[in-house]
Amino acid sequence: METRVRSVQSEPQSVGFAPASDIDSGVIPIRASGRGLQLAVDESRRSAALSAPVKARVESLNFFYGENKALKGLNMEIREKQVTALIGPSGCGKSTFLRCFNRMHDLTPATRYEGRIMLLPENMDLIAPIVDAIEVRMRIGMVFQKPNPFPKSIFENVAYGLRIRGVRSQIRIQEEVEKALRGAALWDEVKDRLADSALSLSGGQQQRLCIARALATNPEILLFDEPTSALDPIATARIEELIAALREQVTVLIVTHNMQQAARVSDYTAFMYLGEIIEFDETSRIFTNPGQKATEDYITGRYG
Amino acid sequence: MSTEGLTHHISSRYNEDLERLRASVLEMGGMVERQLQQAVGGLTEPDEQVIVRVAQEERRVNQLERLIDEDCSRILATRAPTASDLRLIITILKTITDLERIGDEGEKVAAIAARLANRERPNDRYRELRYLGELVIGMVHDTMDVFARLDTNLALSVLRRDRIVDEEYEAIHRQNITFMMEDPRLIRRALDVMWVVRALERIGDHAKNICEYAIYLVRGKDVRHTKLEEIEKELRAPKS
Repeated sequence: METRVRSVQSEPQSVGFAPASDIDSGVIPIRASGRGLQLAVDESRRSAALSAPVKARVESLNFFYGENKALKGLNMEIREKQVTALIGPSGCGKSTFLRCFNRMHDLTPATRYEGRIMLLPENMDLIAPIVDAIEVRMRIGMVFQKPNPFPKSIFENVAYGLRIRGVRSQIRIQEEVEKALRGAALWDEVKDRLADSALSLSGGQQQRLCIARALATNPEILLFDEPTSALDPIATARIEELIAALREQVTVLIVTHNMQQAARVSDYTAFMYLGEIIEFDETSRIFTNPGQKATEDYITGRYG
Repeated sequence: MSTEGLTHHISSRYNEDLERLRASVLEMGGMVERQLQQAVGGLTEPDEQVIVRVAQEERRVNQLERLIDEDCSRILATRAPTASDLRLIITILKTITDLERIGDEGEKVAAIAARLANRERPNDRYRELRYLGELVIGMVHDTMDVFARLDTNLALSVLRRDRIVDEEYEAIHRQNITFMMEDPRLIRRALDVMWVVRALERIGDHAKNICEYAIYLVRGKDVRHTKLEEIEKELRAPKS
């Protein structure tokens, strides 16, 4: 199947995304002077997306569960401080792909990586055996489908990563915990009960606690694997708000079955099928005018 | 994109909803076309009652517009359509607005036709109006075909005809100015003719709009306010 990847090159000319060139071609010459009219609410966001540097580059990534090739020659660029969504039917490899980024497969026997996932700017290959998986996970945090706080206090859950990192100063830890809880939009709800067990929180709060825990170590990339599928619509909306705010400070990669969620929170969307990336493009384009029939069929809910 | 592509949703009720919507738009288009035929017919064959029948049809068109609007809102709310489904809903919402306005313009023509019925007619019995009217009715007819079959070539043909309509409008306009200057007793009739021509010209514009929405539906590209030559180029290129 032909893979259509519009944004793979990081050279300046890769700014030539189709929708942007619509504007260039003078179809909508509304911008008169200075900043001019903003055509759409997301316009500024979009130009930022087009010029964002690459944070991670996936190169010819194959992944095997034993003999079973689950990921087939993936190539993709993850842009810095953007939200990239991975969508596709069950078993298409999106979670497998996501888990490669922080070496979650290392614990599964008989698995094998091929290719590279380069973390930029220092060009560190995240899946190279010589690179320490713990180091990778410090820099690339993960939030799972079901909230999984440690059976400890709220405070200790967030402080945990800092202590592992060897931070000893109580004051520093307190500052960082507050910062992370604020970053996860949870501080105001828990500031008076930091010593309570994390398990006393509601599901949505627990999930935000897990996000705070991941944020505490200042990761460069945050991975979300179906972060809201176990939450009610209100808790889901809070997490989505949070993801939108998080992209100010961190690069986000999210796997979701909820297509509308991908449409709402992400800047880029990759559609995966049978271990391949079928289409990767700006989210607005994927959801209004995808280039591949398979993508269209999937997002509109048709038979393939 | 083909129309049969629209029938394979996993949810059969969703399929039915979209199919019913499409059928309603075609029904509305059919009503508007009938309305126009009656109105334009009233120009050549004196008929005082034409306005009554056209106004009746107009009320049904308005009703249908509201029903389709409601259905679209419900589908947007419950199905959150994407890609071609989303483009279909957007296209329908915009199309019915233009159809309804075509109906309004048709009613204007019918009102003037009824008024002209008991007034002395020129020797050519409004030949130029009949020509323009038939041109425009043909455009509306083909526009509904474009919508039914998603035929972008036919859409292009309608866009091209809109240019002819605009030229005709200019020509009749100038001709009537001449009439009015030559014989002030003709001013009243000439003004009525101008109102009719103006309405027909607007109908051409609405047909053109609908064809542009249909191109958006098929190609995912907004071709409004674009030169005809550029639209032709776009349609020749493979779908991006």
